[in-house]
Order: sequence, then C-alpha cells, then structure tokens
Amino acid sequence: MSSLPDLICPAGSLPALKAAVDNGADAVYLGFKNDTNARNFAGLNFDQKNMTEGIRYAHAKGREVLLAINTFPQAGRVGDWQKAVDAAVDQGVDAIILADVGLLDYARQRHPQQRLHLSVQGSATSYEAINFCQREFGIKRAVLPRVLTLAQVENVIKNTTVEIEVFGFGSLCVMNEGRCWLSSYACGESPNTVGACSPAKYVKWDKQPGAMETRLNGILIDRFGDAEAAGYPTLCKGRFEVQGETYYALEEPTSLNVISILPEIMKIGVRAIKVEGRQRSPAYVTQVTRTLRAALDALAEGSERFHVKPAWQAELAKVSEGSQATLGAYSRPWR
Amino acid sequence: MNQSFTIPKFRLPAIIASIGQKLPQWPHTLTLVAGLNAALKMKLLPESELEALEDKLFRVRVLDTGGEASYTYRGGLFHPVFRPEREPDLAFAANLSAFLQLLARQEDPDTLFFNRELEITGDTELGLIVKNMLDAVEWPSLPKLPLFSR
Ligand code: SF4
Repeated sequence: MSSLPDLICPAGSLPALKAAVDNGADAVYLGFKNDTNARNFAGLNFDQKNMTEGIRYAHAKGREVLLAINTFPQAGRVGDWQKAVDAAVDQGVDAIILADVGLLDYARQRHPQQRLHLSVQGSATSYEAINFCQREFGIKRAVLPRVLTLAQVENVIKNTTVEIEVFGFGSLCVMNEGRCWLSSYACGESPNTVGACSPAKYVKWDKQPGAMETRLNGILIDRFGDAEAAGYPTLCKGRFEVQGETYYALEEPTSLNVISILPEIMKIGVRAIKVEGRQRSPAYVTQVTRTLRAALDALAEGSERFHVKPAWQAELAKVSEGSQATLGAYSRPWR
Repeated sequence: MNQSFTIPKFRLPAIIASIGQKLPQWPHTLTLVAGLNAALKMKLLPESELEALEDKLFRVRVLDTGGEASYTYRGGLFHPVFRPEREPDLAFAANLSAFLQLLARQEDPDTLFFNRELEITGDTELGLIVKNMLDAVEWPSLPKLPLFSR
C-alpha cells in the first residue's frame, strides 16, 4: 500500500508561508531575494531574517522547508550561487532544490550531510538521468518535468530509489522545462538568466475601448476582449498570426490540476505533489493548500471511496490562469 | 487569517457611480493615505521596497462607486494628491467588492486580474512591487488599522 504523497506548497513571502503551513502543507518551498531562484520578481521572496522566522514557524509545526536555487549560474558569477548554497545550509533548510550539475557537485562536496533535491529545471525525465544524479550527487528526490504521462512517471518510479515529486496544480510552462528562452527572444532576459520569465519592466497592459492589450518589450502578445479571461504576459501563451490565422500558437493559458487522478498518483508511488505559484498571494496559497489538503485527506480514507467534490474543483478553477484546467501531459494519449 | 466572514462578489448599480463622481473625492483619499501611513508607522512596509515608490503617482479608482483617490510617496510618508497634473505611474481600477476582497486577503490579485475584475495599468514593475510589498506585510488583526475602524 503506497503512502499518501506530501503536499508541497509555494511561499513567496512570510504570510504565504504561514498560510501554507496553517492550511495543511507538509512542506513549503521558497527562494532567496535574488537571481538564484526562478521567481526573482521585485518584492518577492525571503531575506535572511524572514527566512529564519519562516523556518522557525514551519519547524515548530513539524513541517519542512525546501529552498530552491533553481537557476543556472551565470558566467563569472558562480560564486554567488555557491554562496546561496552555503547560506541555505546555514539556515538549516530541510532540503535544497538544485538544477545545475556544477552546483549539485559543489553542494555534495562541501556539505555532504545536506539533503538535495533535483529541480524540475534540471530536466531529468528518465530514470537513467535521475539515477545518475543519485550516484554522483546523492540526490534524495527528483521533481519531474511536466512532460511525462502517468505511465511514464510510473516507469521512472519503478526503476529508481530516488523519491519522485510531480506537479499537481498551477500555471503551466510550455513543455520545455529548464530550457525555455522565449522570453529572451522578446526582451533579452529569461528564467534561466535572470530568474524571471517576462520581467515586469518589459510588460505593458494597455487598456483600449473594449479590449486590453498585452505587450512584452513592445511586442503585442495578446488582446483580451472585456469578457475574456486574461493570462500571464508570456510569449508561450500569446496569440499570434500563423498562416493567416490568429490563435494560441504555442499553448493556451491553462492551469494544471491533478485532483481527479490523485488515486492513481498515490498508487504508482509518487512521494510528493507540488503546487506552483511562488509569485501568487497568501490568498491563493490558502485556497489551493486548503483544497488539496482536503482532497488528500479524503484519499487517505480509502481510494475506492474517493470522489472529487465539485466545491474543490470550483475553488481551484477560480484561481486558475485562463480559468481552465487540464491534466496536462499526465493523460496524453500520444507520447 | 481568521475567516469568520466572507465578502461576496457584488457590483453596485451604475447610478451610484454617477452620483459618486459628483461627490468630493477627498474623504476616501484621506482615509487611504491615513491607512498607508499607519502601516508605515508600524514599520509594516519594508524599507528596501519603499524606495522604489518615491515620487510615484498612484491612482485607485473604484468603478462602481465612481470614487477615485490619488496619492504619492515622498520623504517617508504617503501624501494625498487632490488634483493630479499628470497620468499616474500606476493605476488600479476595480469594483468595491474586489478591493475589499483584496484587502481582506480573501482573493489573490492575480485571480482577480485573470478574471478581469481588477485592472492594472501603468508601470507594471511598480505594480508588482506594490503587490508583493502588500503581500509580504504581516497585518495585525485588521480592525486595528484606521482604514477599517471608520
Ligand atoms: S515563455 Fe512560457 S514556457 Fe517559456 S519560461 Fe516563460 S512561461 Fe515558461
């Protein structure tokens, strides 16, 4: 019998961290206030003082704190990323989530006792890649990119002793985890370089009569009618004219939502489920954590009796980007 | 936060907006500024981010009451601006219920934005700073703030 997966929730601020802990997250993940993490937005994330307080709060309630250092060190500044690893160890986080092999190696050599997780940005989709990171860097857990079907996730789990974490809810990044440079195409900056996709300084929301236009560094990305749901200003979610037709050429703005397949996720032995959204507010963290906690608790009472409550789906649909949910790659018929 | 009550989504009839526009705009502007300054006094707002607000002009427009408040941040305090002479650097517009839901941390600004209930125009980065700054504030129980004790 597999055990219930841990619920891992995002914290972009101290109030969000407390909201996650108070509403039933088993662990929270967070980042420093700099470009060593992929949600490096103005005003977001933790300085040393807030982090100390956050860790104290979570640990007092028996929850874990995972720290993401999930961008790739920039040439000439590798020391900044190494310092972030050292600072995380000093803070006493339960695990550090890393993407770069050089940093994994550094952490392993310098802090052999520190628990390490492989970030989704590390783009390891096969058990061979995961087992390699286990052998070389001693990783205890890997976060799988959102590109695998459920059967493929199961196959990975069967062939590794590394714990497997998957995404359970949140905005989708097109199927190119850790490798996307679309944002750089428009404005010269992207998650892997500055820690943010479509940095706010390049984004312009333009209110027109009857519509709102979104521009990234002057490039028109989308135009929403007054009754249409809006999405994040990223190129992957823009509508473009392709061969005379204007549509979401890359991806529709949607959110991933796995609530309906939780029993299968538990059955195949997924160790943890992650919620996206460190850029979101404490209100979002409260709503999503509370809902997924209720679903997981219902699952704990027996997967045969598990059924999805409409209220859960309504709550999650409300906070979703584009107000549509999908099972993403998990239920993809093609491979 | 203790959620003993929830603010429903509502929209005031258009007639209220047309009356609202004809009323003097200063009472709620003053209330807003007093609330922000009280938060400053309690050292709830992080100094590192406050720097980015210096001399910026903000406008909050409540669509269904027709109310509008402009203010700026200068020399460590928020000041009301009664006759703004230029376009604001950052403007928010929403119905009253959406603002109340935001203030009570009942809804997330991204949610309201996706659902087109909150409009943000102007300097997007400034908007993000303000949003993240307010998110990071650990409010004492709300009724103690002057904004809520009226
Ligand atoms: S452009 Fe889209 S797919 Fe690429 S990093 Fe940004 S959100 Fe992700």
